[in-house]
Amino acid sequence: MPANSFNGYTDYGIGLGLRVPHYRHILTEKPTCAWFEIISENFMVDGGRPLEVLDSILEQYQVVQHGVSMYFGSADRPDRTHLKKLKALVKRTKTPWLSDHLCWGSVDGRYTHDLLPMPYTHEAAKRTAEKIKYVRDFLEVPICVENVSSYMEFHASEMTEWEFLTEVVERADCGILLDVNNIYVSSKNHSFNPYDYVNAIPAHRVGQMHVAGHTKFEKYILDTHDHPVLDPVWKLYAHATKRCGVTATLLEWDDKIPSFDEVHAEALKANAFIGDARAAQNPAKENAGSRTMAAGAREGGRA
Amino acid sequence: MKRKAKTKLKKATARIGERKTAGGEVGARRKNAGASTTRGPELEPRDLLEWQRTMFAAVTRPLAPGDRAQTKWFDGTSSARAVAKLIKPSATLRPLERVEIYNRMYWFRLLECIATDFPGLRALLGDGRFWKLAEAYLKAYPSRSFTLRNLGAKLPRFVTAEAKWTKPHAEAAGDLARFEWAQIVAFDDEQLAPLTKKKLATLNPQTLRLRVQPYLTLLTCHHAVDEYVLAVKSDSALRAEASNAVTERTVSDGGKVALVRGKRIHIVVHRSENQLYYKRLEAEAARLLRALMSGKPLPEACGAAFARTTFSPEEQAAKIQAWFSLWMRLGWLCVRE
Repeated sequence: MPANSFNGYTDYGIGLGLRVPHYRHILTEKPTCAWFEIISENFMVDGGRPLEVLDSILEQYQVVQHGVSMYFGSADRPDRTHLKKLKALVKRTKTPWLSDHLCWGSVDGRYTHDLLPMPYTHEAAKRTAEKIKYVRDFLEVPICVENVSSYMEFHASEMTEWEFLTEVVERADCGILLDVNNIYVSSKNHSFNPYDYVNAIPAHRVGQMHVAGHTKFEKYILDTHDHPVLDPVWKLYAHATKRCGVTATLLEWDDKIPSFDEVHAEALKANAFIGDARAAQNPAKENAGSRTMAAGAREGGRA
Repeated sequence: MKRKAKTKLKKATARIGERKTAGGEVGARRKNAGASTTRGPELEPRDLLEWQRTMFAAVTRPLAPGDRAQTKWFDGTSSARAVAKLIKPSATLRPLERVEIYNRMYWFRLLECIATDFPGLRALLGDGRFWKLAEAYLKAYPSRSFTLRNLGAKLPRFVTAEAKWTKPHAEAAGDLARFEWAQIVAFDDEQLAPLTKKKLATLNPQTLRLRVQPYLTLLTCHHAVDEYVLAVKSDSALRAEASNAVTERTVSDGGKVALVRGKRIHIVVHRSENQLYYKRLEAEAARLLRALMSGKPLPEACGAAFARTTFSPEEQAAKIQAWFSLWMRLGWLCVRE
């Protein structure tokens, strides 16, 4: 769905994760880029260089916030201090939607700083959905939850991951940040068909997608974000866009980060995989994605 | 000459399930991890909270030698049998091997974060001792913040209280830890409206109480930690919160830079135009700044600065004027509301 209530009715096209090695290039060269996804936690500080950089970026580009520490699935209550800081950042960036992960990572006030997979139970789905609703109401911004890559499955689970994701987002009435690389990684680690996953989720709730690279090892696949996107992931992405529509897409490249131009070129490969979906979605706007990108960078405005 | 040391997080993690002994730097720091023998977390959890407590305990347990998951569960029974009650096997991995992936990532991520924030301390102690210190610290002070930015906040306190991890360099380690944490604070802590000459002219100097910027730290050390850290740091990298991707970081060590005990020095760690700076102060200036930070009224603070001095009143007045002029230019001083 190119524009829906879960992404603030925007049509952002293909974006990049804002990463430190690219700061200088972006701030001095002002390259064309439809939008940047920022890691919220990097800017939930009280002052200094991070906020200076962010404000400069906001003057030129559309920015969407992506979090790594809300832990919607943790049984703990949301931390009010955390939420207040996040809300201050939301006001600063005017992010049209905010994403974080369908996972847990803290308990009793102690943090793992990891994105741990959930037990896929109805109890967990209910509590997670309640927390998402609470956070959305507090922040007053649409929320998309992202499926994580995982390396464990639990006896406690009562359903598949995609059934769990569906139950959570339906209960919370929130969006999905569909990470097709994470689906692919987990499908290999847990021996399921990734197309079953994509075919099962509520397509109309997808507000954003992620693609990324991963690393294959002898006995499992690791979600490393340090490579170009592999062909099976691009194919899964093509299928996902055909089913869910062409929506805001973000390339994650977090380690061994090459030049900005190289990362951007890798992200723009997505255009080659969404042609059919775009044509089916709206023939009159077949090239809307590339136009949106150029306009976004030129005007620096927000949809 | 500086030597670059890389932790091979990805490669070490990839070894899971291959029954090889993890070697290299990360493996070398796991010599003393032992299994505890308490009752342990609940293996038949009643609800989500209890289930997460159990999984948290499994994921955050100290690693065994070779960076492997501990083979004994908390109660002394088999870890493999315990985690198999919670975790399914995959086609290629046993349950304990699956939780081991997360167990390793937890420790590698947090240890690397400490190493990134305290490169001088790592250089002083050497990798082996630094990893033991960091591990002991994280056991004593597990993260209680949503952000990794705060992970090392209590390390200076821990280094001072637990000299056994750093002796015979305990004092130097304490100085370094405080200095390196002050840099984190200077990097991104709050900036208040600085005191201006115009504002100052409207205030009564007899009752005036000032404060300093929250991002400023005044340290008193016996080691030239500023020179040492400048030699150690390879760059002034901006902090980047980890995503769920597995990362690999580079940290320079101190090579052959020496850190010897010397005269007492006073260093202000601060920022100007969002760049980090260190500035040494003479003893009287440090006493004045500290008195202001403690909330003393201006006349009392000035008196404290020159309590044990041979400077003439004229010299004292000239110095105070020069210091205030500089500190206000740097934006250090603020009005205490």
